[in-house]
Amino acid sequence: MLLQKGVQPPSFRKTGTTIVGLVFQDGVILGADTRATEGPIVCDKNCEKIHYMAPNIYCCGAGTAADTEAVTDMVSSQLQLHRYATGRESRVVTALTLLKSHLFSYQGHVSAALVLGGVDITGPHLHTIYPHGSTDTLPFATMGSGSLAAMAMFESKYREGLTRDEGIKLVCEAICSGIFNDLGSGSNVDVCVITKGRTEYLRNHQLPNPRTYVSSKGYSFAKGQTEVLSTKTTPLKEKVEVIEGDAMEE
Amino acid sequence: MHSAVVAKEGSENFEIGSERTLYPYVTGTSVIGIKYKDGILMTADMGGSYGSTLRYKSVERLKPVGKHSLLGASGEISDFQEILRYLDELILYDNMWDDGNSLGPKEVHNYLNRVMYNRRNKFNPLWNSLVLGGVKNGQKYLGLVSMIGVHFEDNHVATGFGNHLARPILRDEWHEDMSFEEAVKLLEKCMLVLLYRDRSAINKLQIAKITEEGVTIFEPYSLKTFWKFSAFHNPTKGAEGSW
Repeated sequence: MLLQKGVQPPSFRKTGTTIVGLVFQDGVILGADTRATEGPIVCDKNCEKIHYMAPNIYCCGAGTAADTEAVTDMVSSQLQLHRYATGRESRVVTALTLLKSHLFSYQGHVSAALVLGGVDITGPHLHTIYPHGSTDTLPFATMGSGSLAAMAMFESKYREGLTRDEGIKLVCEAICSGIFNDLGSGSNVDVCVITKGRTEYLRNHQLPNPRTYVSSKGYSFAKGQTEVLSTKTTPLKEKVEVIEGDAMEE
Repeated sequence: MHSAVVAKEGSENFEIGSERTLYPYVTGTSVIGIKYKDGILMTADMGGSYGSTLRYKSVERLKPVGKHSLLGASGEISDFQEILRYLDELILYDNMWDDGNSLGPKEVHNYLNRVMYNRRNKFNPLWNSLVLGGVKNGQKYLGLVSMIGVHFEDNHVATGFGNHLARPILRDEWHEDMSFEEAVKLLEKCMLVLLYRDRSAINKLQIAKITEEGVTIFEPYSLKTFWKFSAFHNPTKGAEGSW
């Protein structure tokens, strides 16, 4: 009834996004843009979409920001408890199963589309997880509103056995494709490189949208630039000395 | 598809039934066009889908128009055939003037725009996205008209899924004065991505070029696809039983 009157329900903070992952010869590389939107407005120009799950597992999230944050945080804690219980490094399929069962049980109402990647004892793994709980295991994956633009880059340039630098370059190209061709994605490129025994989180690896100023020195307003019509000087009132009074009666 | 008009004697003729396009039936998918050194290069696959069935596999969606233009269309095939009839008439009347001048791509593009916009205003659109390319007097022209009459010209255009999948590649890799081979390679790159990722695309495509000399529509051929990524072989390696 309220909708008829023109009330708009609050638009959720969505990460209208480009997130990607690819498997290269030594492990997995994840990439994401950094724009968070509330409907048509960019509410965060530099948010973090690559979430920590375990020292060797990271997860990119697209969809409703609260959902991606909450679900990755939750599974990250569960993984840590599991590590203490088992005494072993976490495996990517563990994170995968925890995430997919949670999302499935909420029948798609938890709007989180994830790209999960990591390297564990069984090797490098890359998975996509959809809001309804289905998963795919892929050599390269993209999710979010910019996924088609990023996938166009991957499909034309991906091959097996990429080196670290080639992989990072391809991930950046895919994210930049999303940033410049999709309106829901923008700002900077975050990259995370996961290999056996070592993870590098390269926050703001590329900044292809710098803030530009007309003048490199910024702006200065010299005296005399603005015409003065009249001047009135009012001295500040005399400061009144306050003598310390007696302490208040208790 | 139209609802039958029921008119009673003496009653007011409400808009109970009317004939207008509501949805497309037999559709063609993306068309991509780019400018290159000698003129325009355009490509489209040869599929005509009937909803989710691939009904027709030899639909030519690239046709020459007059001496100087090439038209490619995506969307409803019957509307495309109707547009070709309109253009036939247009070119015929132009030839009847017999004044040594012939309609160039800019003129044909404008005509198509007027037709599409006019139909849209009558709530009876021709359900197509048209790519019009041509060369006249050394001037290359490449433009697009959508079913609601949005029109523009550019160095590279794409319709349908091509907007999302081919445009990013074209924006990155197109440059002025590409040679014929370079341009064909670029188009094939885009068509391959479309083949992988557009469900209504088929692996039978046609390339057409138009230069000052005229139009050439090449024979249909197919692209080579690659499916041998190791992750596809055994996705559950290391986690037997999962999916």
